[in-house]
Amino acid sequence: MRIKEHPILTFEEKKELSFFFDGKEVFGYEGDTIASALHALGVKTLSHSIELHRPRGFYCAIGNCSSCNMIVNGKANVRTCVTLLVENMQVKTQVNKGDIYETN
Amino acid sequence: MKQIDLVIIGGGPAGLSAAKMAAESGLSSLIIERDFKVGGQLVKQTHMFFGSEKQYAKTRGIDIAKILVNDVLKYPELIEIMTDTTVVGLYKDKVVTLLQNDKYIKVQTNAIIIATGASEKVLAFENNDLPGIYGAGAVQTLMNVHGVLPGQNVVMVGSGNIGLIVSYQLIQAGVNVLCVLEAASEIGGYKVHASKLKRLGVDIKTSHSIKKAIGKEYLEKIVIGKLDDKWEFIEGTDEELVVDSLCISVGLSPLSNLLSMIETEMKYVSYLGGLVPLIDKNHETSIENVFVAGDVCGVEEASSAIVEGYLTGLVVAKKLGFVHPNYDELYLDFKDQLQNLRSGPFGEKLRLGLEEIMR
Repeated sequence: MRIKEHPILTFEEKKELSFFFDGKEVFGYEGDTIASALHALGVKTLSHSIELHRPRGFYCAIGNCSSCNMIVNGKANVRTCVTLLVENMQVKTQVNKGDIYETN
Repeated sequence: MKQIDLVIIGGGPAGLSAAKMAAESGLSSLIIERDFKVGGQLVKQTHMFFGSEKQYAKTRGIDIAKILVNDVLKYPELIEIMTDTTVVGLYKDKVVTLLQNDKYIKVQTNAIIIATGASEKVLAFENNDLPGIYGAGAVQTLMNVHGVLPGQNVVMVGSGNIGLIVSYQLIQAGVNVLCVLEAASEIGGYKVHASKLKRLGVDIKTSHSIKKAIGKEYLEKIVIGKLDDKWEFIEGTDEELVVDSLCISVGLSPLSNLLSMIETEMKYVSYLGGLVPLIDKNHETSIENVFVAGDVCGVEEASSAIVEGYLTGLVVAKKLGFVHPNYDELYLDFKDQLQNLRSGPFGEKLRLGLEEIMR
């Protein structure tokens, strides 16, 4: 959910960006990180633990904890909390350590 | 290989201030920041700061960030900024290796200021890795930078200043804060922050903590309980709360890993948040010309990070032959400001911690 009214901050309307989450076309806004755009869409599970495949989400928001790593444009282990959303990005849930480069 | 006088790792309040003071002294520097923007964690802090005017008291963190960034932008010929760039290697001969958008870059420098800040600690409890459980600072970023809410019903774990401030900001953003849990028998943060929450009807439960989280794909419920004076859960005090988000605010750890790459002398000091480098009065580590500023050498407020940045920038410049025209006056002033920021009962643990790392 996005904040509409705030006593201190103003969130101007920004350009809508279309991107793909696990193959499905969805929308975020300019200035979003991949993680914030997904969160606004209600997507909380961004990755899975390597051994037990437990769902993992956003935790630190500073690119430190690796809990939000996803496959972005074929590249694994992208820290989605510090990566800006770009139009037409292909974002996929990661379930393993990540292959060096996916071919699709 | 790229050559530069000074490399500053981290573009937060300490790094930006260090670059500014180095530039005022005539020394050029390169700021390396792994985020896509500089400003550090000030960019999400909508509250007004304490301290004195020199550290921008009564100014909101978000506005302090703008001031510090603008100060640095005044020296385009002396200060270079690389964002989206992560330091991947640090060597004793002052070679720093970087990764920027999959490009590997080597830099040779004469001095390094490490201003990497700190990261939020995690707390051990059952299912603490479920999506929906966040660092309190992360939620602050999500709300105040991106305008996205973490959920509808939130519980905050920890009543230090961050826990109290973020709880208040969650309410400002329209989120329901069910309660704040504090394991200790007293509220950790400033009374002024706690009172603001209490006035809004938020229960700050002292001697309480989270026992476990419940949920399959994401957080659905939590179980909290009352603690005895040994911080053990008291049987029969369990309470189940329906929440979609849980914020963990149990302190910060210095991000000092890089320093271990060059075998800097380190010490674990709990009052400073964790593993920190030994430093001299000018913030130089055991490796010559490697300095530290900000939370990386002890978790404090952003105000202290700013002043420590100014101090190290000033000192490093002098060491490399660029003496600021007002060096003596500024040096004493920065030392004096730091002393004032750390005075009083709230600064006691910090003062003891800092004594432990003096070399």
